[in-house]
Amino acid sequence: MLDRAGAAHPTLEIRNVTKTYSVKQGLMAKPKPLTALRDVSLSLRKGEVLGLVGESGCGKSTLAKILLGLEAPTEGEVLVDGQALGSHDRLALARRIQPIFQDPYSSLNPRKSIADIVSLPLRIHGIGDAASQKQAVRDMLDVVGLPARVMNSYPSQMSGGQRQRVAIARALIIKPEVVICDEPTSALDVSVQSQILNLLGDLRREFGLTYLFISHNLAVVEHLATRVAVMYLGRIVEEAEAGDLFDAPAHPYTQALLKSVLTPEPGLGVPDTQLGMAYPNPIDPPSGCAFHPRCPKAGPVCSATAPVPVPMREGHVECHLFDPKSPLYEDTSR
Amino acid sequence: MEKTLLNVRNLTIDIPVGGGTLHAVRGIDFSLNRGEVLCIVGESGSGKSLTSLALMGLLGKKITPRADEMSFDGINLLKAGSRQMRALRGARMSMIFQEPMTSLNPAYTIGDQLIEARMLHGGASRAEARARAIELLEKVGITAAASRLSQYPHQLSGGLRQRVMIAMALMCGPELIIADEPTTALDVTIQAQILRLLVDLVREMGMAMILITHDLGVVARVADKVAVMYAGGLVETGPAADVFGQPRHPYTRGLLACIPLPGKTERGAPLGTIPGIVPSLVGEVSGCTFRTRCAEAGPDCRGTIPLRGEGAHEFRCVHAEGRRVSEQEGA
Repeated sequence: MLDRAGAAHPTLEIRNVTKTYSVKQGLMAKPKPLTALRDVSLSLRKGEVLGLVGESGCGKSTLAKILLGLEAPTEGEVLVDGQALGSHDRLALARRIQPIFQDPYSSLNPRKSIADIVSLPLRIHGIGDAASQKQAVRDMLDVVGLPARVMNSYPSQMSGGQRQRVAIARALIIKPEVVICDEPTSALDVSVQSQILNLLGDLRREFGLTYLFISHNLAVVEHLATRVAVMYLGRIVEEAEAGDLFDAPAHPYTQALLKSVLTPEPGLGVPDTQLGMAYPNPIDPPSGCAFHPRCPKAGPVCSATAPVPVPMREGHVECHLFDPKSPLYEDTSR
Repeated sequence: MEKTLLNVRNLTIDIPVGGGTLHAVRGIDFSLNRGEVLCIVGESGSGKSLTSLALMGLLGKKITPRADEMSFDGINLLKAGSRQMRALRGARMSMIFQEPMTSLNPAYTIGDQLIEARMLHGGASRAEARARAIELLEKVGITAAASRLSQYPHQLSGGLRQRVMIAMALMCGPELIIADEPTTALDVTIQAQILRLLVDLVREMGMAMILITHDLGVVARVADKVAVMYAGGLVETGPAADVFGQPRHPYTRGLLACIPLPGKTERGAPLGTIPGIVPSLVGEVSGCTFRTRCAEAGPDCRGTIPLRGEGAHEFRCVHAEGRRVSEQEGA
């Protein structure tokens, strides 16, 4: 939210972005609007790892698609280096911003060899000749920890972890500045997940990469992220430096999320999140604060008025408990 | 001494594949009492789901499990015919699958699917079964249960569908529930709620539960007993506190090192890894299957691997302490 004084333009920024989809309700019924993002602003600064967390359906992946230019926002603007995304050349943007998707099974072309898949960005951008492209692929496979002999293999011959390494190699071969990782390790076993997370950390140090790291696994986000944004039903309800957020979560939803992380410590039992169970229907969101039906601290004001973002620490929180103008504020003297 | 409900000795599942036999499950032992939760933990391909399907008699015609013993409340599951297994399944043993969208029939209402089980197995009338369905939907935390009965699976969210699956598994008051990754597809907040619910139900109704998962966090919080599975074999078994407190097998220790521990692992520091990949289980499998990835491995890991440990906490490793170094010191 808040630009630090003297900082240059954030590499990637969205301002007041709203994204509405039209959802069919049935054969005869009129389609209804589903608001996936409601007036969201977020910036990605050079060199940081911004963790984006929230439940399924909260708009995390929509936000990623808008940042990648795969979807156009209904309202608001997407800025790259302070200039509208549309004013940049499409190819030039693709060189700088690359995605890594969740499912390594469906994001690789099954009919192409690994060498073809990984070298495709080089060929599209016309970088180098065939020999140097081949060498670049070999180097990149080495960086992600795959033996050079897989170059002639096909995705079906590889394990999930190996495929995700191929996807990472393909994303990094043109040396992008920003990598948008949408649940990069969710489909993987823990022993493979730790290898991929270590790899992402090493590559960040080596190439000075900036990551947007989308995940529902909070332990992983806590480990990797430098800053965290928490989403709920199309809004970013809390944003803070990773240390601040994990040490002292402010928003009741962030608190509930952190409470539901199951660490491998026997004897503690399963925590009571104190959340009402039902994730609301995004087509028909609750009035006021969208979180109020599940919030253990909700008051009368929460169902009536939507909270506004309140600056807090190096970010913001969007909750009546922290708004000096709200009647709930005095109850919690923090 | 509590009477053992489920007893499995030397369960072996071989699957014929092109060019040989896949030794998917290789001689595993475990037992379970009423009121207990056993977690089988392992990575994909370790054979944990096949084990549960073997117990339920759902492996299909081409695969025949072998065992010295596989009994449920004194009934020999190996000898049970398909009619007897059908009578057990749903009534006394039931299963909760990972993906509720594919295990519920999209063409029938929730109510039809819940009521069918009770009418088939419990011999209840439609009205009795309906009342039971409403009671159980409320028990698993679904509001407006009566009106949900006329809804179809696609009208429910993932978390609600998984609750319906749990209610369905409970319709006939089973003694054993097998839950295969019941919360893997769900959000963390819903996961915590569903797991709490399952554990409470097991305690309250005196059932036994086998929970199959790859998530060590889930295991630690839910299990009474833990069985760690690797490449078709059990490498370590024991009470949850012991297995997590003093993991003895190198694989168990390796798995635990792979997960970032909030508050303990330094943020951004490299995580532990288990190098290499799971070996092929096609053809002859001998010695310790973990030796190709194990930092402690030596020449004797190719031979017969003894079962070590004291009391209920057992592990399979040639090294007395699960480590090579300490053995050398002792020699």
